[in-house]
Amino acid sequence: MFVNSYNVRTFAANLKQGIFNPVRMRINTLKSIILSVLFFAVFNVSFAFETKEGGDDEKFDPKEMILHHVKDAYGMHLFDFNGHPVSIPLPVITYTDKGLTMFSSSEFHHDYNGEVIVEKNGQRFVNVHEKVYVLDEGATSVTYDAEHHPTNAHRPTMDISITRNVFMMWVSLVVLLLIFLTAARRYKKSNDNVPSGIASFVEPLVVFVRDEIARPMIGEHKYKRYMPYLLTIFFFIWINNIFGLIPILNGANLSGNIAFTFTLAAITFIITTFSGNKNYWQHIFWMPGVPVPMKIFLMPIEIIGMFVKPISLMIRLFANITAGHVIILALMSLIFVFKTIAIAPVSVAFSLFITVIEVIVTAIQAYIFTILSALYFGMATEEAHH
Amino acid sequence: MTITGIAAIGAGLAAIGAGMGIGRIGGSAMEAMARQPEMHGKIQSSALILAAFVEAVALFGVVVAFLQG
Repeated sequence: MFVNSYNVRTFAANLKQGIFNPVRMRINTLKSIILSVLFFAVFNVSFAFETKEGGDDEKFDPKEMILHHVKDAYGMHLFDFNGHPVSIPLPVITYTDKGLTMFSSSEFHHDYNGEVIVEKNGQRFVNVHEKVYVLDEGATSVTYDAEHHPTNAHRPTMDISITRNVFMMWVSLVVLLLIFLTAARRYKKSNDNVPSGIASFVEPLVVFVRDEIARPMIGEHKYKRYMPYLLTIFFFIWINNIFGLIPILNGANLSGNIAFTFTLAAITFIITTFSGNKNYWQHIFWMPGVPVPMKIFLMPIEIIGMFVKPISLMIRLFANITAGHVIILALMSLIFVFKTIAIAPVSVAFSLFITVIEVIVTAIQAYIFTILSALYFGMATEEAHH
Repeated sequence: MTITGIAAIGAGLAAIGAGMGIGRIGGSAMEAMARQPEMHGKIQSSALILAAFVEAVALFGVVVAFLQG
């Protein structure tokens, strides 16, 4: 997507008009969306086949396949070559009572059923459904209880592995830094502040966040303080949503990870709470303009509301992105559930359709998260008007 | 009926509720835009925000169903 600068520029310029004013959507946007979606869909097909090959002898279980794709993992599985999985190994770092242990996830040899035992630092590690467990003293293999939880192994005290979500987060940080530092250098070089190159891709989006999100929601006088944060979350969520749609990265589903969305929502909550003025706290604890019994009745509701706002931010982003991944994968696994090629055109067509929607949802969810954060900041800093 | 079945029904009910809510928002926004085309941008962004609010409630239901199922 970032290769063809002409397409990127028209895509960016049209994105604002295209998504938020569909009437004026131009053919160019449509063309680039369709092309990129075709590209996605082709990869999606190869994906599903590869999962099938993995479990030839056993029955195909769509639920397990989907959860495995959506969840975090220790290695970054790219594709299968001649039946052998090819992946980027990532470091597994655990902290137990025997101290810090670090080894490469390739030592598990792509096993996530707890069969391959890695001996390190006097401890035996196994990978049970992409969670590292430490075997108890004397145990040589994992045994499970009825609910498939290991009985003779425990989780390490701290698991600070560089998983594929952490890895993708760092990749997105590098990409964002490259884009914005290059854009900043463009402005430094030019004499008249006219954007060129990547800066003309970034400028309409920054102006959009300022004029459509920050100014109307927070107000003309105070919006500048919040611009850095709003721009950061907008671009960070958007780029991670886009990375989640790139099939070769095997659904590095960072923005569909509840810990990630929790952190972003918590930061919004902290900023809202600390920028709350007298008027904001008065509306929570002693609502003006209503009789005293009502004031007492409203207080707990307003306090609950304070916490529900960031929680709904967290769940909205998490559930939207995860649901998108699940739907695409479920449509693909229909082929293997019915075991016929006849259903393939239908399920490819449907997942193509859903992928088009998901491309739009990546931007809409970033926009919604940012505009609601701005709305909460605006509520916290609003002056009493009477 | 298993708990998974009930969870699936719950997710379906949540989807119905969200569908009705977002449908009403979309319909009214369309009507308003047809009546006042010059307010197009403002109506659209508030419709999107409201849809997000309605959707959030449905997603609560879906997440609970997901945890149970």
